[in-house]
Amino acid sequence: MNENLVIAGKSYSSRLLVGTGKYKDFAETKAAVDASGAEIVTFAIRRSNIGQNPDEPSLLEILPTSQYTLLPNTAGCYTASDAVRTLRLARELLEGHSLVKLEVLGDPQSLYPNVIETVAAAKILADEGFQVMAYASDDPIIAKQLEDIGCVAIMPLASLIGSGMGILNPWNLQLIMERVQVPVIVDAGVGTASDAAIAMELGCDGVLMNTAIAAAQQPVLMAGAMKKAVEAGREAYLAGRMPKKLYSASPSSPMENIIAPTGS
Amino acid sequence: MITVSVNGVTRQLHASTSVAALIAEMRLAGKRIALERNGKIVPRSAFASEQLFDGDKLEVVVAVGGG
Repeated sequence: MNENLVIAGKSYSSRLLVGTGKYKDFAETKAAVDASGAEIVTFAIRRSNIGQNPDEPSLLEILPTSQYTLLPNTAGCYTASDAVRTLRLARELLEGHSLVKLEVLGDPQSLYPNVIETVAAAKILADEGFQVMAYASDDPIIAKQLEDIGCVAIMPLASLIGSGMGILNPWNLQLIMERVQVPVIVDAGVGTASDAAIAMELGCDGVLMNTAIAAAQQPVLMAGAMKKAVEAGREAYLAGRMPKKLYSASPSSPMENIIAPTGS
Repeated sequence: MITVSVNGVTRQLHASTSVAALIAEMRLAGKRIALERNGKIVPRSAFASEQLFDGDKLEVVVAVGGG
C-alpha cells in the first residue's frame, strides 16, 4: 500500500531528499545523509578553486553515484541561461546523467524563486533531454505549466529557503497536488520534524531539505528524526486521519457499566 | 603567448596549449571536473585535441555541497 516514490520512471523507497550544503565537513555530510535514509541527494556546481588542495576528496567520492542518485542543482543562478549552462556542466560532470534540480532565484535577500526564468529554463532543458525537477513558488498555475513543459517533479516551497518557517500555505500545496500528475515534493522551508510530517500528511509525495538538518545542533540526530517524520507523515496520509470537530459526544471508553454514582 | 580567462582569472599560456595541458597545469588531471569554453561544453574526450585560443573564457567546475 505504501508504494515507492517514482520519479522519471525510477523507483525510490525513501521519500526524503536531502541537500549537502552547510555541513562542517564531508564526514558529517555523509553521516547525516546516511541517517536520513535519503536515496536522492542534491549538490551544487561551483568553480574549481585555483590553488585548492588537489588531494582533497571530492563530494562525488564521498557520495558515490553507485549508492546514491545525485541530483545536481542550479542554486545561485538568477537567469535561465546560467541555470541551463550550469546543468549542461553537471551532465558532463556526471557522465550523461539527466535528472536535475532546476532552481532559479529572483532575489538574493529572500531567495524567492523567479518563476518566469524557471519556466524558460525548464523548456530549454526539457528539449535537451534533461529530466527536470523544478523548484518554484507554491503557485498552482506555474506548477501546471512546469508539468506541461515536461518536468518530472514539481517542487513548491513550503516557505523561503533556509527560513525554517514550515508550511505557510497548505491550501496552495493542495491546489498544486490536485492539478499535477507528477510527484509534488515540498522543497525549502521545513524547519523541524513536524513540518516534514505535515507536508506528507497533506499528501505530498516527498520532502527535500538541507538547512533543517545541517543547521540543527546535532545534524545527524535531526536527519534520523526527519526520516521518521516523513515515514510517519506518509503512513498517516495513507491511513486517513479522523475528521476534526470542535467536540465529540462519543468518548473513547464505554458508556455502559460505569460504577454506581457516589451516594446512590 | 595567449591570454585566457579561467574561472574569472586571467592566465598567460603558450600558443599551442591544449585543454588537457591546462587541466594538468591546474593539477586537476583525472579529477571529477567539467569544462565550458565560451559558453559551450568541452567534453572530457576532447580535452587532448582541443587547443586554446587567445581570449578564450573557460569555466572549470566541480561538485560541492549544496541544497
